[in-house]
Amino acid sequence: MVDKEVAQAYWKANLRLIVGCMVVWAFTAYGISMFLRPVLVGITIGGVDIGFWFSQQGSILTFIALVFFYSWRMNQIDKHFGMAEE
Amino acid sequence: MSQFAVNMIFIGLSFALYIGIALWTRAGSTKEFYVAGGGIHPVTNGVAVAGDWMSAASFLSMAGMVAFMGYAGSAFLMGWTGGYILLAMLLAPYLRKFGKFTVPAFVEDRYQSRTARMIAVVSLLCISLTYMIGQMTGSGVVFARYLNVSIDLGIWIAAGITFFYAVLGGMKSVTYTQVAQYCVLIVAYLVPPIFISMQLTGNPIPQLGMLSEVGNEGINVIPKLDGILAELGFAEYTGFAADPLNYFLLTATLMVGTAGLPHVIARFFTVRKVAEARWSAGWALVFIALLYLTAPAVASMARLNLMETVYPNGAQADPIDYEHRPDWMNNWLETGLLKFEDKNGDGLIQYYNDASAKGKELTAERGWAGNELTVNNDIIVVANPEIAKLPGWTIGLMAAGAIAAALSTAAGLLMAISSAVSHDIVKVALKPDMTEKGEMNVARIAMLATLMLSAYLGMNPPGFAAQTVALAFGLAASSLFPALMMGIFSRRINGKGAIAGMLAGITLTLVYIFMFKGWFFIAGTNNFPDTAEYWFFGVNPLGIGFIAAIVNFIVAYAVSLSTEEPSQEIQDLVESVRYPKGAGAAMDH
Repeated sequence: MVDKEVAQAYWKANLRLIVGCMVVWAFTAYGISMFLRPVLVGITIGGVDIGFWFSQQGSILTFIALVFFYSWRMNQIDKHFGMAEE
Repeated sequence: MSQFAVNMIFIGLSFALYIGIALWTRAGSTKEFYVAGGGIHPVTNGVAVAGDWMSAASFLSMAGMVAFMGYAGSAFLMGWTGGYILLAMLLAPYLRKFGKFTVPAFVEDRYQSRTARMIAVVSLLCISLTYMIGQMTGSGVVFARYLNVSIDLGIWIAAGITFFYAVLGGMKSVTYTQVAQYCVLIVAYLVPPIFISMQLTGNPIPQLGMLSEVGNEGINVIPKLDGILAELGFAEYTGFAADPLNYFLLTATLMVGTAGLPHVIARFFTVRKVAEARWSAGWALVFIALLYLTAPAVASMARLNLMETVYPNGAQADPIDYEHRPDWMNNWLETGLLKFEDKNGDGLIQYYNDASAKGKELTAERGWAGNELTVNNDIIVVANPEIAKLPGWTIGLMAAGAIAAALSTAAGLLMAISSAVSHDIVKVALKPDMTEKGEMNVARIAMLATLMLSAYLGMNPPGFAAQTVALAFGLAASSLFPALMMGIFSRRINGKGAIAGMLAGITLTLVYIFMFKGWFFIAGTNNFPDTAEYWFFGVNPLGIGFIAAIVNFIVAYAVSLSTEEPSQEIQDLVESVRYPKGAGAAMDH
């Protein structure tokens, strides 16, 4: 059985990581692409404003980076707390 | 060689490949039938997820919607990719650790309730059947266009082929067939835009081409498109969303729905370890993004090419003469998906938005009598190579790719439906002493029945592929996602809460959809016309799933807090799924 305190610390670390990733996720999907788009309209990339580009391509690239970052970091946390599978 | 012969060769070769793989990798046991023996590499699994998940909606319909909606179409791009983050962080690793074959099995064990399991099974069937209808419609359109048969016959051909290899092979062969289908569909999707991007901008990478200069004209693709559209009274491509509420709700519904799709979740049971389930979600997103990053390029370039075909000398000059229309227009005029009506009798094709202020000006000033050309969104991807005058083989490739997209998803859905019926309903609830062989036979009968029903409903679908599929995502978001997520992240949620939450979520979504789309999707039985003025609080039925998911969460919490705490045994189970150590292979039930 896993030690209770270690288990709790592990789960907290996981939750912190999830919340951090969700903030970035919501900021790209809804922040830059939607709510902040009128503010950022002056910044352009390839002839379109940055909010438009994020809504069509930038957000997808960010999502990929986020999933890989989460997997990499979480697998590290698994090892750190001795939770990884052999 | 005729174009028909070229199409037949491409479709025939791709089918020979899939059927070959299906026969070669036949499943020997129930375990291989459902979870492919649990030994699939995370990258392979990622490809299979991508092939399984990208359907006729992504392949055929999405770029066309972005082409005509512009910025508002981004809801589909972000919605259908952003959900993988939720899947990777909130569901996939824990469900893999739990280690049962099916989503309903988790629901029963976590909530200690056969009733909860049955509600999950019914939700799963509603989601998958709705999704199947979209696939049948989509592949029917493709077969009809390329085999020159009626759409109804096209749908039955698609159903027959899907039955053949899903029934024979089971999950193991479905996994490998899906890998092959992904390869076919992604090549088919990428080749035409590479050529089109070179023609337009000289940049062979379409994802960058859409952000590059057109020839040496000193203006980029999208600003140029915006300019032409503005002159003809169309909404600007990069304009702000006209309906921000539904843009928000649709994006959120598609994201949450992605994470709640039972046939996608089931894919994560096929890897060996919890860590691999996480990587696998990332790889799936990479392979999906290859198509999704190209779709906006396909959309903007196809729209620009379409406008320039109709107005070869710019929007200020006269449009083309109907007598000198290109060949591709003829092909699509025959299908009825492209329509021309010479309202002012001058023989020219006036294509503009006659309802806008600018359009009314054009009508008054230039002697036009209203818009004369109607283009169906859904032909854009398939017509794209023809519009850009690409060689015939790219059109044949497109045919094979579109069929691969529809069939790979249909096969994955059939697996989810048949295991729900044969395992969760018949074996667990009705006849526990059934043999493995009996279970597989029931699964095959369930597949056949599903195909018949979805082919039948697919002949009179509630919308085109992408819309029907979006409805399925709404159902998944409102029923399964909250129950699964709370089952992992909360110790306090009990069976009564989960049951009440799932019932509230799926009932709200189903009733709201049926009121506008027709009861059980039977045309003509809707209570209200499906237009913005009749929607409650202005909520489009496509976006109701997210609201219903929130209702599900609230009801489940309220009911759980007012009833008893789950037993110690359940709290231990919740603890155990949180820690990857000791996952082992996916167990039998």
